Amino acid sequence: MSQGHIENRANPAFYVLLICLVVMSAGPIVLMLANSFKLNVDITSPTASLFFMPTLQNYETALCEFLPYEPEHLRRCDPTFGRALVNSLIISLVSTALTLILGCMAAYSIVRFRFMGRDTASFTTLIMRMVPPAVLLVPVFGIWNEQFGLDGTRSGIILVYVAMNLPFVIWILQSFIVQVPIQLEEAARIDGAGPFRVFFLVVLPLIKPGLAAAAIFTFRVAWNEFLLANALSDRNSRTVPVTIVNSITEYNIDWGVIMATGMLLAIPPILFTFFASRQIITGMTAGAVKG
Amino acid sequence: MNIQAANRLTPYMFLAPAAAVMIIALLYPIGYMVYASFLDWNPSQRIGEAEFIGLRNYINLWNSDSFWESFWVTIRFAAFVVSIEMFIGVGLALLLDRQLRGMAVLRTIFILPMMIAPIVVGLMWRYMYHPQVGVFNRWLNNLGFDTIPFLGDSSWAFASVVIADIWQWTPFIFILALAALQSLPSSALEAARVDGATGWQQILYIKLPLMLPVLIVTCLLRLIDAFKVLEVILVMTNGGPGLSTEILALRISRTASEFRQLGEAAAMSNYLLILLMVITAIMFVYTRLNDARLARIRAAGAKAAQAEEEAV
Repeated sequence: MSQGHIENRANPAFYVLLICLVVMSAGPIVLMLANSFKLNVDITSPTASLFFMPTLQNYETALCEFLPYEPEHLRRCDPTFGRALVNSLIISLVSTALTLILGCMAAYSIVRFRFMGRDTASFTTLIMRMVPPAVLLVPVFGIWNEQFGLDGTRSGIILVYVAMNLPFVIWILQSFIVQVPIQLEEAARIDGAGPFRVFFLVVLPLIKPGLAAAAIFTFRVAWNEFLLANALSDRNSRTVPVTIVNSITEYNIDWGVIMATGMLLAIPPILFTFFASRQIITGMTAGAVKG
Repeated sequence: MNIQAANRLTPYMFLAPAAAVMIIALLYPIGYMVYASFLDWNPSQRIGEAEFIGLRNYINLWNSDSFWESFWVTIRFAAFVVSIEMFIGVGLALLLDRQLRGMAVLRTIFILPMMIAPIVVGLMWRYMYHPQVGVFNRWLNNLGFDTIPFLGDSSWAFASVVIADIWQWTPFIFILALAALQSLPSSALEAARVDGATGWQQILYIKLPLMLPVLIVTCLLRLIDAFKVLEVILVMTNGGPGLSTEILALRISRTASEFRQLGEAAAMSNYLLILLMVITAIMFVYTRLNDARLARIRAAGAKAAQAEEEAV
């Protein structure tokens, strides 16, 4: 039995399979990264090769607004992307922070207290998880500009994102809060701490891994979302996904620049993945397995 | 007295902010959408000016061939994507569930496709499928084959979209299946091994049945998500050619923003919502039943242990 195990471990076929899998899942991303460093001539030339002169031109075009110097190849600096990047950052960071604060409080109340409406709250949360963003499109058209007056503002987009992410965050955090030993909270309460102090000073520090996972997922949704941002933003509040889709026209695509902007949009999630893959996996399994 | 009242209010104080946001920006819009689906409404009108037309939007959709085509494209897409992903994902998990060096790195790389923006995923695949520039057709050309219109022909386009989704989401199933595998009770596997079960027997009779509850929930979650896919397809084909890749979510968005029929888009959203509600209900009932079953087994086990103790 143990011999079989050793045999399997040494089996080179497994390592071949592993390498194939890695190439398949990382290949398209690497390809895009490589293309973002190519000139359009190199991308479209029929004799594509692995060897090319890497250039930062595409990134310079996209980020020209933030550069201290004037890139030579540009006749005019188009600030669209730079502005969108700032918008995206503000919108995702603020909405992530708000979602986490509201979400962990709500999750705590659902897990730790028995009160009237608790089941309704928990059930509604579960149901709301499945609502696709496309379904919110029509009402958002009407409500956000007619009633809230938030059309075209960053706050409008933030409001949608917070509401959209809350159910998921509440669901994930519930499974982490349940695991906090209740004795700790009772001890703190006996020492005279009020419910809010118990929550912020005892519970929150203990569910840090859960908060990290929830933060990554929320940020990812807000950072990547296109449909509602497209409906709600105007020229000044456009986010990066919206500008990318706008620059894809049917026939004439500036592949180099668009790959560079796509890469810039992909960098934060990629960084998260490399630094916090453990939290992401915990979050994913907690969300699915402990329903 | 005062303190007691405060205590009773505490849970509501914790819940209130989140509840307020969800009611204002989620429940209310959905109610608004249900109302809008009874209107003939275009974006240049205020909602008060829109004409009330009862169920006509729903009836029009019901009788519209292109709506049904989108509907079946959606169902086909979800069915293909979920079944293929389940097959590959679970298979890989069973295959790779051993102490391999570099497993952590592998999992990290696997998560990447899910974390990247769907827009960017669509962009990548659109580039790779491109008739002249794309890598696939370049390889085909270099090998002496004809160019394949990956996104230009309706059946190829559908397959291409499915492949992109499989690339992006198989890791999700792989990771959940692997987590389920690694939390299986080792005693059961040990017992099977002692009894001389072969690898296949272990998988068929022990591992898969024990993983089943997690697998079903995973499958349903993935199914719900498959109905939400929109951006990848929007970037790759924008629903075309014809209606071959126009799934419902995409059709809703196009009806609202290109054809400016908000009432009809709302009615369509409601159909989609009803469909998803059914799947969610199945998932909910299933997890409840499963929990009840586990509780019963645990109770029976406890009772048996107690009886044994008493007998001793």
